[in-house]
Amino acid sequence: MAKATFKIRRGGSEGGEMVDYSTEVTEGMVVLDAVHQIQAESAPDLACRWNCKAGKCGSCSAEINGKPKLMCMTRLDTIDLTEAVTIEPMRAFPPIKDLITDVSWNFEVKKRIKKFKPRKPDAPDGTWRMQQSDIDRVQEFRKCIECFLCQDVCHVLRDHEMHDQFIGPRFLVYAAALEMHPLDTEDRVDELKNEFGIGYCNITKCCTKVCPEHITITDNAIIPLKERVVDEFYDPLAKLVKIFRRK
Amino acid sequence: MTEYQTYEHDVIVIGAGGAGLRAAIEASAAGVSVGLICKSLLGKAHTVMAEGGMAAAMGNVDDRDNWKVHFSDTMRGGQYINNWRMAELHAKEAPDRVRELEAWGAVFDRTKDGKILQRNFGGHRYPRLAHVGDRTGLELIRTLQDHGIHQGIQVYMEVTVISLLKDGDRVVGCFAYEREHGRFRVFKAKAVVLATGGVGRAYKITSNSWEGTGDGHALAYHAGAELIDMEFIQFHPTGMVWPPSVRGILVTEGVRGEGGILKNSEGKRFMFDDIPDNYKDQTAKDPEEGWRYTQGDKSANRPPELLTRDHVARCINREVKAGRGSPHGGVYLDIAWIKEKLPNAAEHIKKKLPSMYHQFMQLANLDITTTPMEVGPTTHYIMGGIRVDSDTQASTVPGLFAAGECAAGINGANRLGGNSLSDLIVFGKRAGEYAAQFAKENSHGSVSSEQIETEARMALAPFDRDSSENAFIIQNDLQDMMQKNVGIVRNEGEMQVAVAELQKLKTRAAKCAVTGNIDFNPGWHTALDLKNLLTVSEAIALAALERKESRGGHFREDFPNKEKEFGSFNFSLKQDEDGRMQISRVPIPEMPAELKQVIEEMG
Repeated sequence: MAKATFKIRRGGSEGGEMVDYSTEVTEGMVVLDAVHQIQAESAPDLACRWNCKAGKCGSCSAEINGKPKLMCMTRLDTIDLTEAVTIEPMRAFPPIKDLITDVSWNFEVKKRIKKFKPRKPDAPDGTWRMQQSDIDRVQEFRKCIECFLCQDVCHVLRDHEMHDQFIGPRFLVYAAALEMHPLDTEDRVDELKNEFGIGYCNITKCCTKVCPEHITITDNAIIPLKERVVDEFYDPLAKLVKIFRRK
Repeated sequence: MTEYQTYEHDVIVIGAGGAGLRAAIEASAAGVSVGLICKSLLGKAHTVMAEGGMAAAMGNVDDRDNWKVHFSDTMRGGQYINNWRMAELHAKEAPDRVRELEAWGAVFDRTKDGKILQRNFGGHRYPRLAHVGDRTGLELIRTLQDHGIHQGIQVYMEVTVISLLKDGDRVVGCFAYEREHGRFRVFKAKAVVLATGGVGRAYKITSNSWEGTGDGHALAYHAGAELIDMEFIQFHPTGMVWPPSVRGILVTEGVRGEGGILKNSEGKRFMFDDIPDNYKDQTAKDPEEGWRYTQGDKSANRPPELLTRDHVARCINREVKAGRGSPHGGVYLDIAWIKEKLPNAAEHIKKKLPSMYHQFMQLANLDITTTPMEVGPTTHYIMGGIRVDSDTQASTVPGLFAAGECAAGINGANRLGGNSLSDLIVFGKRAGEYAAQFAKENSHGSVSSEQIETEARMALAPFDRDSSENAFIIQNDLQDMMQKNVGIVRNEGEMQVAVAELQKLKTRAAKCAVTGNIDFNPGWHTALDLKNLLTVSEAIALAALERKESRGGHFREDFPNKEKEFGSFNFSLKQDEDGRMQISRVPIPEMPAELKQVIEEMG
């Protein structure tokens, strides 16, 4: 059987180095299998997160040959194995050890977004009626497995490190799922503009490209949210209406 | 002296899948302080893997459905050794729990008149599973997570519990380490809820993630609680079999619910050949009727592919053993054939089963809209677990509650698909409610520094050992051994071998050494998980040896028939004073007349 070499980032939060590991490659293997094999054979303390191994939990995010991907869904037969394959942790978050990063910022961001607030039930038994066509869009957003690869690739976070001013594509999708939920009555547009930094997104669509769930993040979530912000804050007609309402 | 940080809560919930999150939400709503501990990041628990849906007799698609039908389906599926009270509560309360999720933001697929859509599933008489495509588990966990984070619950992520702490007979907290730097943590609590999920990692071929190491089962057992029904393991009939690296990954029953059929290498639809007597009246006579059932024809009976999971798994096993399997040791699951019936079949399949399409495309280079899948049984679920009170989910140890897969009773000898997600929310809620009540009625106990010292010493011991025993290898050997000797088809001889092998593996685990430092060290984590895996494996083997009959998920070739005698009790396992595992029989209480009548009426 063929062997392949993997260059894996080893080290803690202070800094790390790329270490070469060679392991056997068999049919159908994914990058995560290689990492597990290396763990069992020669590096039992090699740290990586994983759970479902089927692209459903979003735990094993990493940068494979520089590209943000899920290790469990990246087959080795899609990679050139004649050269060493690099596996590094996501760069937009502080490293903890080896392939693991501190993603706790994401969990804090989510808490700042106002929770779902449904309208009064439609039926006397306390239930609602919604048409499938009205929820297709929201269901697309709710496919998100929170792998944070979109956050990782977003240059506002990755290169400009504006974590305190911009919530990133994942949470714009989350906000969009709430804002476009047919039952929701909450308004998050003000925060989107003033606290969540939606204006920083300049629609390069890198997030959409890396999404393992194929959510059209930019076109379906971010742009419509930007439009809502524009409607609410920059539409002269709406501004007039607002002024009158205030009186 | 061991260094550790101490945290104090009224209620500690261990495990943040569906049951744990639901328990934490309920306890917190009752006004007590709640700590939620999870081994992974929040929202990654095994619940996300659940695909098909959650069973609740709402009657949105077929108005003949109601709690009575759901109750009798569950009892029939569990071969009548279920805790009937739990089955009753579950059937009655599941609809409210599902509607509650909608009020918290869940977005289920809809019927034409705008209600929550329900789909067919094995063993359920009517379309009963509320679902979101084939990613219902993700919807459940995300809804609970997003609701829960605004409830004031303190979440401790990537923390693993090593043992429960006791004050006399009562559980008063737990001892844990955080994975990131290996630092110890003591959690003091007036009540503890275990919601740790299953034990799938005791087997080689499993749909479970690394987390399914039977932690809750083992923690409860070592704290003096009873485990029941441990012989009943559910082998899901359809796991992926190829390529090797994905062997065991789940292929949802929803494929069969949408019209998928099972065929052997001769192209024969073998499920029609073996229909158990007690399901004959409810099963389609021919493929045509089966197809009509999957398309919502209320006059049709379900196709035999939708018989209970234990039965379908054994039929697949039989086909493979008889040499009629697929090239990689499975059988064929064909959904592509529906193009004969539907004009836009490929699009329909992608819409109904998006993650299955994706999973096979990406991991196996196979397009399920054109080509049959290769599938075979995979260890999926354990019916057995901590013995709990049906109404409160209290274990036999004061202060200790359990819910979800790690608790037992509702499923009896076999769980129906879709009954797990509903179990999580029905009994997760109850566990949270009664744990909070217990916490209000009791004060904090005192934790023993002696116990903490002992636990810490044992946990760190692998770093000081110099041996070639590696935790990953021991775990692999255990998985091979259990797969071979206590698998789908069992016999006395092999299980005796298993019991003996388990002793050897215990000895090896006690010598296991760890290299590297204590910071996020998977080798060390795996070494500590071994104790739990070995405990549950022993419980499974001992209970399976004692049950000298075949029933539900437990099949013995040396006792292939169901025996009436074994239908009147559950096997219980408990640690005796010398630390040995003792097995005993717990009689099943007489079912009240009104429930008996329900079962008779429902046929």
